[in-house]
Amino acid sequence: MAGIGGAVTTGRKARWTVLNVLVVVYALFPVLWIVSLSFKTKETLGDGNFIPREWTFDNYKTIFSTTEFVRALVNSIGIALIATAVAVVFGTMAAYAIARLDFPGKRLLIGVSLLIAMFPQISLVSPLFEIERGLGLFDTWPGLILPYITFALPLAIYTLSAFFREIPWELEKAAKMDGATPGQAFRRVIAPLAAPGVFTTAILVFIFCWNDFLFAISLTSTEASRTVPVALSFFTGSSQFEDPTGSIAAAAVVITIPIILFVLFFQRRIVAGLTSGAVKG
Amino acid sequence: MAEIVLDNVTKQYPDGAVAVRDVDIEIADGEFIILVGPSGCGKSTTLNMIAGLEDITAGELRIGGERVNERAPKDRDIAMVFQSYALYPHMTVKENMAFPLRLAKVDDTTVEKKVRDAAEILDLTQHLDRKPSNLSGGQRQRVAMGRAIVRSPKAFLMDEPLSNLDAKLRVQMRTSVSRLQKQLGTTTVYVTHDQTEAMTLGDRVVVMRGGAVQQIGAPQFLYDNPANLFVAGFIGSPAMNFVPASLENGVLRSALGDVPLTDRVRSLLEGAEAPREVIMGLRPEHFEDARLVDDTVRSNGVTFTNQVDVLESMGSDKFAYFSLSGEQATSAELAELAADAGSADVPGGGVSLVARISATSSAVEGEPADIWFDADKVQLFDPGNGRNLTYRG
Ligand SMILES: Nc1ncnc2c1ncn2[C@@H]1O[C@H](COP(=O)(O)OP(=O)(O)OP(=O)(O)O)[C@@H](O)[C@H]1O
Ligand SMILES: [Mg+2]
Repeated sequence: MAGIGGAVTTGRKARWTVLNVLVVVYALFPVLWIVSLSFKTKETLGDGNFIPREWTFDNYKTIFSTTEFVRALVNSIGIALIATAVAVVFGTMAAYAIARLDFPGKRLLIGVSLLIAMFPQISLVSPLFEIERGLGLFDTWPGLILPYITFALPLAIYTLSAFFREIPWELEKAAKMDGATPGQAFRRVIAPLAAPGVFTTAILVFIFCWNDFLFAISLTSTEASRTVPVALSFFTGSSQFEDPTGSIAAAAVVITIPIILFVLFFQRRIVAGLTSGAVKG
Repeated sequence: MAEIVLDNVTKQYPDGAVAVRDVDIEIADGEFIILVGPSGCGKSTTLNMIAGLEDITAGELRIGGERVNERAPKDRDIAMVFQSYALYPHMTVKENMAFPLRLAKVDDTTVEKKVRDAAEILDLTQHLDRKPSNLSGGQRQRVAMGRAIVRSPKAFLMDEPLSNLDAKLRVQMRTSVSRLQKQLGTTTVYVTHDQTEAMTLGDRVVVMRGGAVQQIGAPQFLYDNPANLFVAGFIGSPAMNFVPASLENGVLRSALGDVPLTDRVRSLLEGAEAPREVIMGLRPEHFEDARLVDDTVRSNGVTFTNQVDVLESMGSDKFAYFSLSGEQATSAELAELAADAGSADVPGGGVSLVARISATSSAVEGEPADIWFDADKVQLFDPGNGRNLTYRG
């Protein structure tokens, strides 16, 4: 019996492994192709080999030697981090209020934020362009940060209020009885428990800001605030006749790295089941 | 430590539901008081108002002589133990217990000492560095108690603190709660559903029904002298038996036969303006197997013969269940009690009766038995308003 059972599970395991590998390869193949391209020399770029025949770091050197890319990288990191921080802080407060309090206009607030999330961004580009030009925000960091926050907030509020609803009410009452002010109860009891939700939200919002192309290309015009996805599209190579494919590939790899780091860093903090043991189930 | 006074306290929730109505309770310093009543009668609401977790709609709450209606929970210096324990899952046992002290900005050495002392009392010393999720139910319960006692508050509030424990642990924790309260001498308000907890733990018991206080008194007094049908039926397990009867010429006519009014009953009835139709209440322990009763005593009571439906032997004594023909006693109070117990009786099923008789009784299940009861112990109630007509107030 045991032998048969063992054989079945081994067989199953093998099948699952094959399936997993297939899915992962399918998903990662374009990424690996870009990585491969980024290490190829100009001459071998079009040879169709998956593994580069000649390895080179030239493409990376090239992009980091241009202010065009470095400046865009700084813009991207700065803008995405600030927008994420602001959206998460306000999102946390709003989500807490929505999950815990009854206040007039609560339904309206939820409805409006849902509306914003569903609004096609493209239809806002022209008005935003005009508004930002009028206010002098065009081609500045705040000019991108503000619309990012607008669209990231509904996302943050939704994700976070789901997490807040999971936290037992009684913990807050207990904190109050233990002598905490509402602020202390929030900071020392609720916020630590909502941390996984906050980190999840931070990742989602950061990715949204980092990957945005539409606003970035419409609301910027110079290196002052141009982000990487846009800068990439402007890559021309050092001369008009040079093929920028290698540089673009290298830049694409570089801009993926912060996302991976960000996710890895926060993922460790997303500990499932953190609230278990609070109340008897 | 302080006395707690609820002066005409009323609570109306925003949705209009009146959960607590004109409650007057005076809790003395160091007293252990129990709030008991069926589900939804406003026990938790009352407790939460004392705690400050719910606003008081009308009336006044005084702790230690001061009006505290408007004070936030943290300014009332009261600790609470929740039914769900509400331990902070991201903190260790030690941090959980230290939390109130940290908020009060107590210095580190004192915190350390107080937490150790509390852990000692509650036998938690070896668990101090564990997280609540790794503890058993009983240990979690003790941590919740520990968090309440560390800062020596003016009063403890406990909302069904033992109801999540299994039966055996509950008995064990019941005695330790009682011991702890005596040891600390802190005013305690304790909410429970449990008969035994209500009877054994408190100095006094408050019976509530539909947001109103029915009766306040020592457990034994409530048991012996219930103010109304509701208290009579709620306190005691198995519950008091209720049999409809009519008062005619100084005799009670009932399905159990004619019951003469003893001098005690007669004098209590005198000022009570009893109606003709009443409900007769008899505690199960006031019955006995007629064969085991002396002739001299027998004449003080009534003997009836009925078939024993079920006979449960408890070792120390036996519970005999009968069903009598005739109408069941009906009143709003009894209907509510039956609903709360989940045993809304089948209509027209006759009167069911429980008698607690001696273990030496030779009664047999399915056979008729002669059962005697003490006529002096009957309590009479007005079916209209539930008032105890034989109440010795
Ligand atoms: N937040 C609320 N809003 C409106 N009504 C409420 C609220 N909380 C409780 N009630 C109502 O108030 C009444 C008393 O509730 P409470 O929780 O005090 O009962 P309880 O005696 O503690 O019951 P249980 O034994 O089931 O815990 C109930 O009828 C309940 O429906
Ligand atoms: Mg309750």
